Amino acid sequence: MRAALPLAPSPILFGLSYGVLADATGFGAFAAVVMSATTFAGAAQFASLSVLDAGGTVAAAILAAIFLNARYIAISVTVASIFPGGKLRRLAESQAIVDESWALAGRRGRFEWPILIGSGLVFYVLWVGSTAAGTAVGGILEDPNALGLDAAFAALFLALAVPYLHEARARQAAALAAVITLVLTPFTPAGVPIIAASAACLLGIRRPAKSPSTGSPWW
Amino acid sequence: MPAGNQAAGEIALHRIALVVSSVWIVVTVVGAATIAFKAAGPLLIGRRSLPPHVQSVVDLLAPVMLIALVVTQTFGGDEEITVDARVVGVGAAGVAIWLRAHVIVAMAVAAAVTAGVRVIA
Repeated sequence: MRAALPLAPSPILFGLSYGVLADATGFGAFAAVVMSATTFAGAAQFASLSVLDAGGTVAAAILAAIFLNARYIAISVTVASIFPGGKLRRLAESQAIVDESWALAGRRGRFEWPILIGSGLVFYVLWVGSTAAGTAVGGILEDPNALGLDAAFAALFLALAVPYLHEARARQAAALAAVITLVLTPFTPAGVPIIAASAACLLGIRRPAKSPSTGSPWW
Repeated sequence: MPAGNQAAGEIALHRIALVVSSVWIVVTVVGAATIAFKAAGPLLIGRRSLPPHVQSVVDLLAPVMLIALVVTQTFGGDEEITVDARVVGVGAAGVAIWLRAHVIVAMAVAAAVTAGVRVIA
């Protein structure tokens, strides 16, 4: 748990901003807190929020978040062997897996269960708590889009994407995704271009990764 | 015209109900899927690893979705590409990110610059 403390400010700030944006865009305070408590993955939560805010359909909001979170399959596989106990216990404890707890648990060259669970628990409490706090202050914003919150979403996704783009394959796939999104935007309803752009990840079939890598920590 | 107002009110109420239920569909489905994704390794896959092709496709999903979201949030309009204040704001945030600013700082820069341009323009 102590290992999580240096990283504590980030989930607090993210949780606050998620709560503020969720409330400001009409997502609803209670729904935001429930989503933080069940989904517990910031990027995907922001993604579905922004798709709905941009007028996208429910299906597009769901798919965008699910595609973003699919990386947790790969991440959970890397730590699968460190979970002790029966199925129910493993199901419960696997929910402590987030980018940050995963990165912390693996920083000594092998994955350590106490760090994963301890830091995951700390991040969970901070994330859900700060989401609730954010929704409480979110109500003071009157016209969110006049404040440039739509651009803030774009900045968030850009910052989250940057760590991945050090890899050439990821850069090519991301460039293809950008082209697909731009080309489809004038012709399809909101949300559809994003989902179509996910096809760019199929570039991975042609050239498999040399070494298995999973999501990068956010900071 | 009271009748017209009443109809408009009913449509507005219907929209609110629609929005509320669609939010809860998103919360439920995304929540269930994410819980399943996180449990997939420890519960189902155990000590085996993903096939390399599947692994590399999954690896690319996050950057692909994030960049697609950047593009729609920056240029997306009502079925058209729009170049407006957001481009300036996101550009400024890009510079902040390049200067290694924290994500929250980059978001604040984007929001502030976009709002500023909207006031001027």
